[in-house]
Amino acid sequence: MKAPHLTARVCFANYAALMVLLALTALAARAPLGAWKAPVSLGIAAAKMALVFIFFMQLRYQRGLVRVFALAGFFWLGIVLTLMFADYLTRGWLP
Amino acid sequence: MSNTLTHPAASPYSDREQHAVANHLGMWTFIATEILFFGGLFASYSLYRWAYPAAFVTGSKHLEFWIGTLNTGVLLTSSLFMALADLAVRAGRRGALRWSLLATWLLGALFLGLKFYEYHLAAKEGHVPGAHFRLEVPQAPQVELFMFLYFAMTGLHAAHMIIGLGAIAWLLWLNHRRRLGADHDAPVSMVALYWHFVDCVWIFLYPLLYLVR
Amino acid sequence: MPGPRPPDYLAAGHTIGSWLLTLDHKRIGLLYLFAITFFFAIAAFAAALMRIELLTPAGDLVTSETYNRLFTLHGVTMVWFFLIPSIPATLGNFVIPLMIGARDVAFPRLNLASWYIFMLGGLFTLYAIVMGGVDTGWTFYTPYSSTYSNSHVMAMAAGVFIAGFSSIATGLNFIVTIHKLRAPGLTWGRLPLFLWSMYSTSIILVLATPVLAITLLLIVLERCFGVGIFDPKLGGDPLLFQHLFWFYSHPAVYIMILPGMGVVSEIIAAFARKPVFGYEVVAASSMAIGVLGFLVWGHHMFVSSQSVYAGVVFSLLSFLVAVPSAIKVFSWTATLHRGHISLETPMLYALGFIGLFTVGGVTGVMLATLAIDVHVTDTYFVVAHFHYIMVGGAVMAFMGGIHYWWPKICGRMYPEWPARIAALTIFLGFNLTFFPQFVLGYMGMPRRYHVYPPEFQALNVLSTAGASILGIGYLMPLVYLTWSFFRGRRAGPNPWGATGLEWRTDSPAPEHNFAETPIVTTGPYHYPVQP
Repeated sequence: MKAPHLTARVCFANYAALMVLLALTALAARAPLGAWKAPVSLGIAAAKMALVFIFFMQLRYQRGLVRVFALAGFFWLGIVLTLMFADYLTRGWLP
Repeated sequence: MSNTLTHPAASPYSDREQHAVANHLGMWTFIATEILFFGGLFASYSLYRWAYPAAFVTGSKHLEFWIGTLNTGVLLTSSLFMALADLAVRAGRRGALRWSLLATWLLGALFLGLKFYEYHLAAKEGHVPGAHFRLEVPQAPQVELFMFLYFAMTGLHAAHMIIGLGAIAWLLWLNHRRRLGADHDAPVSMVALYWHFVDCVWIFLYPLLYLVR
Repeated sequence: MPGPRPPDYLAAGHTIGSWLLTLDHKRIGLLYLFAITFFFAIAAFAAALMRIELLTPAGDLVTSETYNRLFTLHGVTMVWFFLIPSIPATLGNFVIPLMIGARDVAFPRLNLASWYIFMLGGLFTLYAIVMGGVDTGWTFYTPYSSTYSNSHVMAMAAGVFIAGFSSIATGLNFIVTIHKLRAPGLTWGRLPLFLWSMYSTSIILVLATPVLAITLLLIVLERCFGVGIFDPKLGGDPLLFQHLFWFYSHPAVYIMILPGMGVVSEIIAAFARKPVFGYEVVAASSMAIGVLGFLVWGHHMFVSSQSVYAGVVFSLLSFLVAVPSAIKVFSWTATLHRGHISLETPMLYALGFIGLFTVGGVTGVMLATLAIDVHVTDTYFVVAHFHYIMVGGAVMAFMGGIHYWWPKICGRMYPEWPARIAALTIFLGFNLTFFPQFVLGYMGMPRRYHVYPPEFQALNVLSTAGASILGIGYLMPLVYLTWSFFRGRRAGPNPWGATGLEWRTDSPAPEHNFAETPIVTTGPYHYPVQP
């Protein structure tokens, strides 16, 4: 019994989902969303990236250790952003 | 003697499965480094967008929305074909591998063509930061800062695309020499991971640069 | 009855091609050893000129311009072309596959490529040096480096940028090697502590170096375009550079010290003939240092105009990161207690490490204290602190490791008495060089100045005298190690009677490391060792 793996059907379905999300994000840029624009567009981007990671890059079919490696970079990027903004938010730097 | 010219290295692996997992761990580690490499630019972008939101809107409006959107579609499509190439090599279907790699390559080249056309337009209109910057808008220095980030981030991405095109050309050559197949699929899987990741970088660049309103 | 002895890795090919195109991790380790020795000599020469200049209060040997270029050369070359690769790329490459019972690292071709990338980076840096050097300091602070400096910043930044990829490749290789190529029975809980340290180091190599890379690239872009993101004219913040730079450069110091700590753990166990006290805690401390090391970079920016609140947070986190290091010092001490101690050269270096690293570490905690740092920042106090860690710590550990694994590297013993004398010379010379600098810094002598008030001269003379002794101490191993490579007394598989898979195979190591894959059935420090 072959282990679960990526199939052509999943590829095409994933692609369709990605294109739908692309259309959504392009539309959202022109919609009157106000302060929600940035979270929406970034949220859609995150969703697209998750789809690429999980299906095209086949994380769905990999063992846990590989998934940890995949996510580690984002966690560390979080450290950069958090502590950096800890400085800027408390410094009174903005003109 | 372990000399690449006369002897291959004594493989440190005891079976294919171990080698395959090692390859995946290695490639994902490399992708983690790329997340931090681009991450420095994303961190800088985050800082200045927080500091100068109006200037970023102005800058974003001066980019070519439709080229950016089209290019995003082009890259997503190229990822589809790259995923199909990965399936093809594991099924040992060399013909399918050839045309899916070719399609990926062409779409990647199309992306770069559109991108360089975009740069050309930007240069003509005086968007390039530095001595030739001539956008007359409120908060022009901060708009110039946005443009610097735009060129740095898309430029770095384009450099990665060029390397990716080279890698795909290498795969096409390997396939031509019948050196790819169900039991030798690692080059395709690894290049595919790289290509998808570069696509993911663009997936984020697109809203951050083109959709700031 | 075993078959004919397999060729050792040194005998397997004598042509230049067999070395320059090798995929054997042991030969690659030696290629790195030659390279870093060369760069060390260049950086040491710059230091010698600086110390000679500092014999007198007046700037009479070199101009201030030249002095700036000397300390930049010294810092850049020592950090990126000696210390960062030292233990990982030489001893790590050589020992790791042996220690885990593998035939090679996970990606041998990537390993060779990493050496060539390193040499390419070195070439760019040498070019920058030969063309007149850079005067920004190894820290490349903006806006000086990005806008105002007229020196060869781009070439030197390119050299470091390229060398960074070598670091990443090495770290990547070690991570995958340790995960996937351990011999049967070698579980994580049985891993020698050198491997735990190297694993933690590799994580830092892989996650911190890319941020340095992008930061250097941004400086180069700013010099190209004439404007950039660190430029206040565009509303940019020069401090952003410092955040990004130190995000790498603080973890970088853990890249430099963690491998040394790993070496010390191995040596202490071997020469006290005892398991390392608190194995699990030491292993956990290695990982803790690796992770916590990423959270403290702002302590390099206390007086930079960084937010005071952020400063408090970074200060507290910096105190925290000292804890696992201190735990290791207690652990080594407890290992020595009631051990069967013998004072061969590696042990001398390890003992020296413990003392000097402790001084360096304690002064580090002092520097992490905001109030103290305001007084001594950018003085010789800081210079002394980091040299205690990097020279008194990392270089001593490197020397200890070279001597410890020397029989495995060349199948011969180094001469013990010259080696001990050299170790003592280095220890004395080092302290005489750098202890006066703590006092100088506390008294207010700033770093990176080639002139100083006359009341500082006596201590400066002591420091320079110490540097001369230190120099002699470093020359001695260069001579006797080279001699012993060809003429030393032949060594058997395990001259120290130590535990570890590397000692279960011949000296020098066979080409493919082991005739048969070893099987591990015990924990790492199973003393006493059965002959």
